[in-house]
Amino acid sequence: MSLEEAVTKLTDQFQIVRRTDFRGETTLELALAQIEQACLFAKEKLGFNFLTDLSSVDNFGDEPRFEVVYELYSLDANIHLRLKTRVSEDHLEVPTVAPLWATANWHEREIYDMMGIRFSGHPDLRRILMWEGYPYYPLRKDFPLEGKPSEMPDVAFSQPAPLAGGPFVTLPSPGHIEDREPRARHAEDL
Amino acid sequence: MPMGLACCAIEMMAAACARFDIARFGAEVMRFSPRQSDVMIVAGTVTYKMALAVKRIYDQMPEPKWVIAMGACASSGGMYRSYAVLQGIDRLLPVDVYISGCPPRPEALLEGLMKLQHKIEFEKSTSDQKKELLEVFS
Repeated sequence: MSLEEAVTKLTDQFQIVRRTDFRGETTLELALAQIEQACLFAKEKLGFNFLTDLSSVDNFGDEPRFEVVYELYSLDANIHLRLKTRVSEDHLEVPTVAPLWATANWHEREIYDMMGIRFSGHPDLRRILMWEGYPYYPLRKDFPLEGKPSEMPDVAFSQPAPLAGGPFVTLPSPGHIEDREPRARHAEDL
Repeated sequence: MPMGLACCAIEMMAAACARFDIARFGAEVMRFSPRQSDVMIVAGTVTYKMALAVKRIYDQMPEPKWVIAMGACASSGGMYRSYAVLQGIDRLLPVDVYISGCPPRPEALLEGLMKLQHKIEFEKSTSDQKKELLEVFS
């Protein structure tokens, strides 16, 4: 099966919010209500037997704020397909795909740990990198790089790190190398 | 107590191996139990998740005990100015010797070890022992 056939079959079955083709990679955006069925369909009927990655994006300021991205791969047909769904901050709940691809278990735990998106039906939804009881979600855009103070007696504590004028940011501009190289720049100055 | 937490631990292993051979300076016995240790070499990035475990291991070591902070991360947090990293192990433990480098060469670790030996040699308790010994002989 070619990628185009797979996309056609998905489009017949589900409502695609947006399709993006960029540098040979195809991205389909689906509604949150359909993403679980679409993943099941992609795995069982279209042969996407490998979940390369499962990640999340924080589009701070937009609504819906979060995106969950599924990178699917078919090891038989050698095709790659990206599925996306948007999650609102008011309802941070996405159905789990851990029963479909076992690798999703830890990826979903990481997203829960870093972004605070909950996965309903997940077999073991605990934090994976930070400790249980840490009150923040550190990969959100409104979380400062230097961290926030927290205290869990006998487990862990955290304090803000000294940034000495940082964070050090590289500018994405076509200008001279000296204007682009990492310097202490504040996000609001950019 | 080799407290290897990151890439500095690789340099520490190299320092223990034949090419650099920490045994030449009398410190080849790496004990993996804190009860048998007197020096803790904190080699690598100390995350907040790991920090209290390091502290507990230090507390389990019998007195007298010393701490070497090996590398930039253990000394000051290094390049990790981040929410997850303790900004220097000296926020939790009393550090005797800091070793710069990212990671330090094995020679730097040996130099730090000799600095610590020098420091211990001129501690008051050591000189008191020396005086006692001299009195016994004289």
